[in-house]
Amino acid sequence: MDGIMSKKNSEYLIERNDNIYEVVIGLEVHAQVTSNSKLFSSSSTKFGAEPNTQVSLVDAAFPGMLPVINEYCVKQAIKTGIGLKAKINNKSVFDRKNYFYADLPQGYQISQYKYPIVGEGNVILDMPEGQKQVGIERLHLEQDAGKSIHDVDPSNTLVDLNRSGVALMEIVSKPDLRSPDEVNAYIKKLRSIMRYLGTCDGNMQEGSLRADVNVSVRIKGSTDLGTRCEIKNVNSIKFMQMAIIYEANRQVDLIEEGEEIDQETRLFDTKKNETRSMRSKEDAHDYRYFPDPDLLPLEITDDFIDQLKSEIPELPDDKKKRFIDEFKISPYEATILVSDIDTAKYFEEVVAKMGKNRDMKLAVNWITGELFAVLNNKNIEITQSPISAKNLAKLINLIKNGTISGKIAKTIFELMLDGDIDPQIIVEEKGLKQQSDPKALEALIDKIINNNREKAIEYKQGKEKLFGFFVGQAMKASGGKANPQLINEILKKKL
Amino acid sequence: MTEITSLSLFELIKNIKEKKISSNEVTKSFVYRSEKSKKLNTYVTENFENCLKLSKEFDNKPNFDLKLPGIPIAVKDLFCTNEVRTTAGSNILNNFVPSYESTVTQNIWNEGGILLGKLNCDEFAMGSSNETSFFGNVQNPIAKDLVPGGSSGGSSSALAANLTPVTIGTDTGGSIRQPASFTGTVGLKPTYGSCSRYGIVAFASSLDQAGPMSKDVKDSSILLEVISSFDKKDSTSIDFKRNNYSSELTRNIKGIKIGIPKEYRVDGMPGEIENLWKKGIEYAKDCGAEIIDISLPHTSYALPTYYIVAPAEASSNLARYDGVKYGLRSPGESLIDMYEKTRSEGFGEEVKRRILIGTYVLSSGYYDAYYLKAQKVRQLIKKDFDDAYNKVDAILTPSTPSSAFKIGEKSNDPVSMYLNDIFTVPVNLSGLPGISIPAGRDKNNYPLGLQIIGKPFDEQTVLNIAYSMEEKINYKNNITDWWME
Repeated sequence: MDGIMSKKNSEYLIERNDNIYEVVIGLEVHAQVTSNSKLFSSSSTKFGAEPNTQVSLVDAAFPGMLPVINEYCVKQAIKTGIGLKAKINNKSVFDRKNYFYADLPQGYQISQYKYPIVGEGNVILDMPEGQKQVGIERLHLEQDAGKSIHDVDPSNTLVDLNRSGVALMEIVSKPDLRSPDEVNAYIKKLRSIMRYLGTCDGNMQEGSLRADVNVSVRIKGSTDLGTRCEIKNVNSIKFMQMAIIYEANRQVDLIEEGEEIDQETRLFDTKKNETRSMRSKEDAHDYRYFPDPDLLPLEITDDFIDQLKSEIPELPDDKKKRFIDEFKISPYEATILVSDIDTAKYFEEVVAKMGKNRDMKLAVNWITGELFAVLNNKNIEITQSPISAKNLAKLINLIKNGTISGKIAKTIFELMLDGDIDPQIIVEEKGLKQQSDPKALEALIDKIINNNREKAIEYKQGKEKLFGFFVGQAMKASGGKANPQLINEILKKKL
Repeated sequence: MTEITSLSLFELIKNIKEKKISSNEVTKSFVYRSEKSKKLNTYVTENFENCLKLSKEFDNKPNFDLKLPGIPIAVKDLFCTNEVRTTAGSNILNNFVPSYESTVTQNIWNEGGILLGKLNCDEFAMGSSNETSFFGNVQNPIAKDLVPGGSSGGSSSALAANLTPVTIGTDTGGSIRQPASFTGTVGLKPTYGSCSRYGIVAFASSLDQAGPMSKDVKDSSILLEVISSFDKKDSTSIDFKRNNYSSELTRNIKGIKIGIPKEYRVDGMPGEIENLWKKGIEYAKDCGAEIIDISLPHTSYALPTYYIVAPAEASSNLARYDGVKYGLRSPGESLIDMYEKTRSEGFGEEVKRRILIGTYVLSSGYYDAYYLKAQKVRQLIKKDFDDAYNKVDAILTPSTPSSAFKIGEKSNDPVSMYLNDIFTVPVNLSGLPGISIPAGRDKNNYPLGLQIIGKPFDEQTVLNIAYSMEEKINYKNNITDWWME
């Protein structure tokens, strides 16, 4: 691909024949509501069950069956709306979106069309070049469809209705995103907010979070929107980014060749890394939306909204601010620590357990350094961390009060992994306590200088590099336990 | 045996409670008469053996505290009945056996009722003559080759022919009141939200309402008391205080104000309907009611509004019959081909017509002009009634613009068929209660009905007026059993 320029850190521009294009992206994110039961029925939403074992008569659209709204899902949507700093609508309406498909038992999807439950809001992204605000157009509740399985039986399509009727929130952004990096940051931020709220687990492997990606391009500096294409149902951030890059370049190529871009729905082929036309605007479905006569309009009082507001936990943006103010850590460090609610919880627990004489720098470094490395290696979440926050705090305190050196701490950390062992016990059992008795260290150093007289003379004559040699010898002689600061002081004095 | 079947529900209950007759004797009588009445084609599915068995069980362990102690009842085949085939009069559900029970029928069984069978109806309740049923025409016991009305035509016919002591129908645009009027029986459509729609095969969700059909007003009040209930499984069910309709039934309607809407004097209305209405007004006066002329200015828009709203909802409600999950499937080359074959073979002409109309009025570009406008007009029609009810307690109109017609007479003229609903449709659009009671006969001696429309949730007043007028009218069906073998 020729002429992809990268100016600032997250900017994405396409250059062709002296024209510089920017890409305009809007996302329709489908987030599965965290709820034990479906949007309009009491069947379970548990992932991974045997096909068609979580299907009620309502989900399978048997004659005479009627939807009854799950209040919990409504609360979840409102909470998410609050998390997106959005307007919660006092009245919203469920509509029927009519189309035929084998995995759509009713022949229509119950969704919200004209009157969604949540209106305009926004999300703040932390980009390398600073913060960026992305507008939210709306959030509405809708049912998921079932699943058509085409590759099990050679001559038939099989249908699994376990997912049929599961509650989704469709979160529609404004066309405010400009690069694959921003899309990455946006999805992660949305996921972070919803995980803080407990309204969506954000698990993309299980399909709890997927997106339709709207892409158009325009000459940089232009304020008109180009003709957009919608890439349907992309289920990972990486694929979204690949699809955007492919699609933006395809559109630029078309424009440069003097051709028109057709407004159409496209599919992303992950194997070929390309988008393909699915249907044109002319072939677009006429969904014949109309208010579902089986359901009354959803009326939500301000009191109800206020009650939910009072249940909202501290969200990532606020937590970040507090971490910076309260713990005096850098914005960068705070961003990392708050991005995942469980990391933030772990960090705060470590801080609490460190007590009065806490060392924030050490805490941040140990969590984002050693601990993250272990979690990455083992491919586990921080909630499954082999070392508890309590014991990590103890380890940090042992460093802070000089009981052990940073180097010994790493050894102890490795040992702690095997069953979350208390570092104090390891220090005692293995005799790893730092040697900080000046008399003992002086004796030790005297012995080393005596054994290396020639080198000591060379050092005195100006070969300063040899200082490191003596430090190394002293550490070695102490089995790594010597307090390095004291060693330095004593050596300087003696040499 | 025939004596038992001609008793009213009230009398049957009384006799059973007084142990003068057993549930099994009652059931045997209705089964016997039903067996002899196959020519009427009222039953789609008979449940006779099971009903007899259950009636014996009842007699062995009777519970006389129940409101319908051991009473056999046949119901319209639009109510889903657990383990008993439910067809909605359609080929597409020809083999469909639900694993669940509608709330309304469950309420009946909970009070001691026993399912006698499933009664014929227009396909998906779309029709006014029972001629659209996949299971064939139903004969009106009043005269040979006369339609029993529709869509609850099997219900009205079975009731008038004494094949069931009472029955339940559903009324979307007049489907209880019009067949009641055509068969000289009583039919009540309750306020929308009174009777749960859970388990009733949907036609038009915002209009559908189940209701009692009976030989007299008292029986309807007994049955309404049983079937009307708040149901969390239906989001449009309304939690209001329901009366003990039968015990609160009274003929004292002195001083009640009854409105006569001038717009119901439609062009081309037969003189005998006009006369019936005049007679009705006199009866109401005799009962002590005060007659007040009122106006319901948007009446003439009700029928076109109804024929947009109802098909729109139906086109969506019937999308689930696609051959994928249950019911008829006609194999095809592809999914689309299977859909087309299944729905072409599964649905009859009238249903297809309404699906097409409904799909059209909801289509982009037509939605505003048809569906949205119809919704607005619907509000105006409702407002007409609200305004009228500032002045009156109830409204009296004819039930239908004509008496029952001959089978085949209108089946090729849908518009003339739709006109049958002209007096009943505004009531559905406004969600109001309405009852049809037999009030006279036309020149052929076919029954004619009068409709009493009430305020929302005021079924009691509607029933009281009907009960009181019924006594004055003193109508008796003249059934000759011409169809009996």
